[in-house]
Amino acid sequence: MSDSQRWLIRGVRPAGGEPADLLLDGGLIAETGPGLSAAGAQVLDGSGLIALPGLVDLHAHLREPGREDAETVQSGTEAAAIGGFTAVHAMANTDPVADTAGVVEQIWRLGRQAGLCDVQPVGAVTSGLNGSKLAELGAMADSAARVRIFSDDGRCVSDAALMRRALEYVKAFGGVIAQHAQEPRLTDGAQMNEGEFSGLLGLTGWPAVAEEAIIARDCLLAAHVGSAVHICHVSTAGSVELIRWAKSKGWRVTAEVTPHHLLLTDELAASYDPVFKVNPPLRTRADVAALRAGLADGTIDCVATDHAPHPAEDKETEWPVAAFGMTGLETALRVVHAAMVDSGQLDWAGVADRMSARPAAIGQLSGSGAPLHGRPLAAGEPASLVLYDAGARSVVDPALQVSRSRNTPFAGMELPGQVVATFLRGEPTVLDGKLAR
Amino acid sequence: MKRHLISAADLSRDDALLILDTADELAQMADRPIRKLPTLRGRTVVNLFYEDSTRTRISFEAAAKRLSADVINFSAKGSSVAKGESLKDTALTLEAMGADAVVIRHPASGAPHRLAGWVRGSVVNAGDGTHEHPTQALLDAFTMRRRLGRLEGLRVTIVGDVLHSRVARSNVLLLQTLGADVTLVAPPTLLPVAVSSWPCEVSYDLSAVLPKTDVVMMLRVQAERMNAAYFPTVREYSRRYGLDGARMALLPEHAIVMHPGPMNRGVEIAAEVADSPRSTIVEQVANGVSVRMAVLYLLLGGSDPAGDPGGDPAGIERPVSDLAAALTAEVTR
Repeated sequence: MSDSQRWLIRGVRPAGGEPADLLLDGGLIAETGPGLSAAGAQVLDGSGLIALPGLVDLHAHLREPGREDAETVQSGTEAAAIGGFTAVHAMANTDPVADTAGVVEQIWRLGRQAGLCDVQPVGAVTSGLNGSKLAELGAMADSAARVRIFSDDGRCVSDAALMRRALEYVKAFGGVIAQHAQEPRLTDGAQMNEGEFSGLLGLTGWPAVAEEAIIARDCLLAAHVGSAVHICHVSTAGSVELIRWAKSKGWRVTAEVTPHHLLLTDELAASYDPVFKVNPPLRTRADVAALRAGLADGTIDCVATDHAPHPAEDKETEWPVAAFGMTGLETALRVVHAAMVDSGQLDWAGVADRMSARPAAIGQLSGSGAPLHGRPLAAGEPASLVLYDAGARSVVDPALQVSRSRNTPFAGMELPGQVVATFLRGEPTVLDGKLAR
Repeated sequence: MKRHLISAADLSRDDALLILDTADELAQMADRPIRKLPTLRGRTVVNLFYEDSTRTRISFEAAAKRLSADVINFSAKGSSVAKGESLKDTALTLEAMGADAVVIRHPASGAPHRLAGWVRGSVVNAGDGTHEHPTQALLDAFTMRRRLGRLEGLRVTIVGDVLHSRVARSNVLLLQTLGADVTLVAPPTLLPVAVSSWPCEVSYDLSAVLPKTDVVMMLRVQAERMNAAYFPTVREYSRRYGLDGARMALLPEHAIVMHPGPMNRGVEIAAEVADSPRSTIVEQVANGVSVRMAVLYLLLGGSDPAGDPGGDPAGIERPVSDLAAALTAEVTR
């Protein structure tokens, strides 16, 4: 990637703090401070904008290989850049499954070719996501893709003995098992949160206990074998309590929450519009409040999108036959703004921590030793950052999104904010809210 | 009235009473030599059935035909899932054919709700998954009123698989609207977890409830529940929640026994109960036609045919006196 272009960004507020200028040179932040000047540099007036370190997503479905009708690495990373991300983890439930060094390297290379953000493949825990036999975790860790997070996401590693072995095995190379916590027998045919609305709507319930039972078990297993577990898309108040308890023991447990679980609730299912069908399902107002509090106090480490694109024909159906999942990369920061910043529960430094520093640390995103993502906006650090207009407001229009799919649950909602520019190692991927290349 | 009938909750008390009163008028016609009214002449009613349900389909077909509508039966079982056309494409096809009303039976909860977003005609829910079956609730209320003379304050006990029953959901909502007091009786495994938020009482003890019951409605136990640990054995279910002769004797003398059919004789209801004079099961079937006629008449009778420009998309409430006039005209013709 060319690093010849220098950029001088004037008057931005790093992490929402006092205005400063940033000089980007050679892929790094060369200088910060007021009143910088740099001959020959491109100048971007950032006055009024907030600068955050480039966002890092621990959980996205880029659908390639296998479902290029829904998304590709190219279109998915375009969506990521538009949303302010400079790194995304690509989940393993592709076709073929990302369960060998060959497949994860293919996805990693596709990400490099697209060049819009770093694509870090997640490896499957079990071969073919079948839940019965470990995939070659070591080979994926040693591959060019340097896999550190392993997950059968979309399915739970429900066999306790297999989960124990996976947690133990990845200790050899500092791996993390990211669990999709869903007890399968308790969620047979489940369609939405089990509660008042599932009863009225006649849709099979997905009880909170099916998530919480697995989280409790896996925290205990991780403690027992001295390994690290990461809990994907935490969705219930009970889960937050369990994770808080596990962390209080000093166990190596981390967790993520999705933007949609921070803002939306299960009553939306009353529309029977499957754009609101997602796994784990939208929960109650009490769960939303607990998730926000958990993210604010650090019990939940980070926000991850669970970006799950689907073609229209998989959503324009009856609810029970529709696919689970929502897109999220393009709206994540705006939703966190609405749910956490506007409610006074996080400041912009907190947002930078939960959407960049913490996920980058969990994902162990480093190049040749030096961390590439999640670093503060300071001289000598990588010039990967997002410029955000917190004063903007607009209605989400799926037709304007760059993801290949249109299944955003925020369609028609007015959300605050607008990503103005995204830089990956000093190169703009987004300028004026549009793809820069 | 709303344009569609998808949930019993769509009906206000006045709407529901209008349907029942209209059905009363129409029921008188059943005794006449000519059982047909010209009211819906030129209108098209599509019966779109994604599940086998001979009883409900025939009931709607008879209702539409007695109102002189053109009836198209579209049996689409299994075609929406995996093979064949999507529900949306089917909806667009029906739309192009100019369906004034689509009567839909579908295994997916919410399918009629989705359909209503894709067609201009009226959608009538003839049973969707484990959600609702509003015309069944209407015919049940109609039957109760005919037998017992009122609905206000009536003590109705609904027994069985409430969790998976569209009949129970619609009945709870409609009977609440009409002022009856509903008690649900079931093993705890067959009640929704949040049933305490429903506008009714809940009990696990059928024998304790029956002496304070005016109407007992027995729900069918589906075969697939029997193998999924909802209860230990059919025999145990039958002993605890079935209605046999001895238990029927606990009912007050005037009380009636209902069942939406089809029955599992010997499981939720004993043959001696099903065939007793208290049983309204055969009457319910006859009443179903009158109630469905009333629904179609009220949804379609006041609006212009599909595709007619300037047509009023909303259903128009027609006073019963209009219908009485039409009936009189028919008889004197």
